[in-house]
Amino acid sequence: MISFSPTEEQSLIVDTLKRYAKDRLREIFREADEDGEIPADVLRKGWELGLVGSSIPEEYAGFGELSAVTGALALEELGWGDLATALALSAPATFALAILVAGTEEQKQTWLPQFSEETLPPLTAALLEPQMLFNPRKLSTTATRKGDSYVLSGVKAYVPLASNAEHVLVYANESDTTQAFIVPTSAAGVTVGEREKLMGVRALELSRITLENVEVPATAKLGGEAGIDFGIIHARSQVALAALAVGVARGAYEYALDYARNRQTFGEAIGQRQSIAFMLAEMLVEIDGTRMMTWEAAWKLDNGEPAIRAALLAKHQADKMVLMVTDRAVQILGGHGYIREFPVELWLRNARGFATFDGLALV
Amino acid sequence: MAIEFKTPGIIATQSQMAQMVAEQVMRPISRSFDEHEHDIPWDYINALWPIMRQNPLFGANDTKKSQASDGDDAAGDKPKRAPIGNMLMVHLIEALSWGDAGIYLTTPGGALGGAAVAAAGTPEQKDRFLARFTESEEPVWGAMAMTEPQAGSDTSAIRTTAVRDGDEWVLNGEKIYCTGGRLALQESKGLVVVWATVDPTAGRAGMKAFVVEAGTPGMTITKLEHKMGIRASDTAAILFDNCRIPLSNVLGSAEVQTASNAANAPKGFKGAMKTFDATRPAVAASALGIARATLELLREKLLEAGIELRDDVPYHEMSAIERDFLDLEAQHRAAWLLTQRAAWQMDMGQPNTVEASECKVKAGEAATIITQKAVEMLGPLGYSREWLFEKWMRDAKINDIFEGTGQINRLIIARRILGFSSRELK
Repeated sequence: MISFSPTEEQSLIVDTLKRYAKDRLREIFREADEDGEIPADVLRKGWELGLVGSSIPEEYAGFGELSAVTGALALEELGWGDLATALALSAPATFALAILVAGTEEQKQTWLPQFSEETLPPLTAALLEPQMLFNPRKLSTTATRKGDSYVLSGVKAYVPLASNAEHVLVYANESDTTQAFIVPTSAAGVTVGEREKLMGVRALELSRITLENVEVPATAKLGGEAGIDFGIIHARSQVALAALAVGVARGAYEYALDYARNRQTFGEAIGQRQSIAFMLAEMLVEIDGTRMMTWEAAWKLDNGEPAIRAALLAKHQADKMVLMVTDRAVQILGGHGYIREFPVELWLRNARGFATFDGLALV
Repeated sequence: MAIEFKTPGIIATQSQMAQMVAEQVMRPISRSFDEHEHDIPWDYINALWPIMRQNPLFGANDTKKSQASDGDDAAGDKPKRAPIGNMLMVHLIEALSWGDAGIYLTTPGGALGGAAVAAAGTPEQKDRFLARFTESEEPVWGAMAMTEPQAGSDTSAIRTTAVRDGDEWVLNGEKIYCTGGRLALQESKGLVVVWATVDPTAGRAGMKAFVVEAGTPGMTITKLEHKMGIRASDTAAILFDNCRIPLSNVLGSAEVQTASNAANAPKGFKGAMKTFDATRPAVAASALGIARATLELLREKLLEAGIELRDDVPYHEMSAIERDFLDLEAQHRAAWLLTQRAAWQMDMGQPNTVEASECKVKAGEAATIITQKAVEMLGPLGYSREWLFEKWMRDAKINDIFEGTGQINRLIIARRILGFSSRELK
């Protein structure tokens, strides 16, 4: 069957997240951006919604199953509320879901139960590196086998919630493939560096981590000896980011739509002119089209169909779409769009990040 | 219900058959019918007629006989399954248009005329007018005549009049750009749905749709247009000179809608306008058949030239051609999924006016861009008439124009999302 309506269970999750996004995230997102900090109670509340736990099966102390489609639906709502908080809540998920998808049985037993606990577990992941021509399949951070251990060296960038993290899933280059390693931040040679200073998502703590000949046991390698197929993890990240982008864009579109309906110039609403009205119509078309592509790629992941190309297409479309939509939202608000009392400039700054945010979320 | 993208078995099977027809019947004659405008592809038509009689493309959910549903076996006494008539329709149109979008338009059946009768007709009218599309031994076509020389997107400018005279309506006026008019009226015992005003002072409220059957005195085809593309399909001008039709040939109520009685007259203009909710996804699907044909052959030609299309390198490492292709492929995918969503909504009985326009906007634009870019990317070979790329570019463009231009569809979306009337947002 080809069908476009979420299950009842998914609708309930979406409704819960809509409420959280509206009542909590939309209340704090501006101040959080200005302060560079997400209020702890908002983060805690978000974690209590149990999104990661509900992706983990009972055998690993979870209370659900992994569904990329459900993940995409959930992330759209969080992205609508506030991208910085959405990415903060995603940080543990980037650890958990990678283990769930690619980990050995032992790794799953060891790590997954932590994600059903009440507090945000101090676990995160590190894929990005501080390079202009970053390529996740040709990482500069290296992992070299040495007896029963691996030795890791390199610099990782944009590591979410790194300062409190106890373990980081570090992606590194092992013999020209991308592999991942569970690295304790207490290990010798690990330095959690300064916080990144970014254009957007300023409420989110993202830091650099330097690894200097960090030695971890061979069992720390995700997926064991055989390692991982990074393509699938990357596709899951692309779908997650595309879903977040749809959420950000929808928020900006709705705000601009409302503004265009009410803002009067020359005796009528600006939305009564085609130059504005057509922009809004095109924004809706692109948002909806990208959402369908995201759902399709997610559905392919869930059903074991080839999903690499679909995920790439969805992400490519999402990157372009979210920038176009948020830019137009600023444009439609005119001078107001540029002022920090209005939200749209924040959304435009956040939107530009999607082309860069590889690995910051997973479904 | 769930979010799913698995093509149901019945659609997959029938799409494969349509794809086979496209490859084996349409493609071999594609170029020839483009070069010989106004020739009629009878071989295709005669091959398709026995199939189309059984499974009409349009109005599939409105005729009991052909009610399609999700499932591979005959319905029998089994519990009702979700109807998939519109989903099937967009898949078949997409596959046939992959073969040749002009020849697809000559597919025998009710087409837009049949769809209007199915959407806005009374049970008696459906019996009287639609039976021919399933029962006739010879191929039959329906058509829609709306456009006039001075009335394109602005249908309220229509001047063709319908005046009541006893038991008859008398039609006078000139229609142009009637797709398949010759097939419906000269080549078969078909029909045309004609838009005319019963009260020129009433604007859109006076506009009604009338069914005129082939052979009715006073109706003549005066011209066949010469077009940029879709040349296998005729585009007719029709003159109505005191053309008399039975009173019962008006679709919906004959009453002029006023504010006070509008609520009691749901059919008529608005009823027939509803057909756009189904026909816009159909046009989008045709556009996307051309687009898929283009992307598939383009990929093949690029591979032959040693140009790989990688999906495991970042954007900054892709060649300009890989980037172009990625972008075209993404536009195609977005448009095709929007089209399927609009068709699914029709099948579910959900309102889909906005979504039908969304898919039409996206598909019209995507097919235009994809085919134009392919000609550019292939250089001297793309521009050559030896290959079909240049033809596909000419064929694709119409999809951003007919069944509501891209701009009209943007206007429809914008009015709905902003909550403005056509007076408030012109």
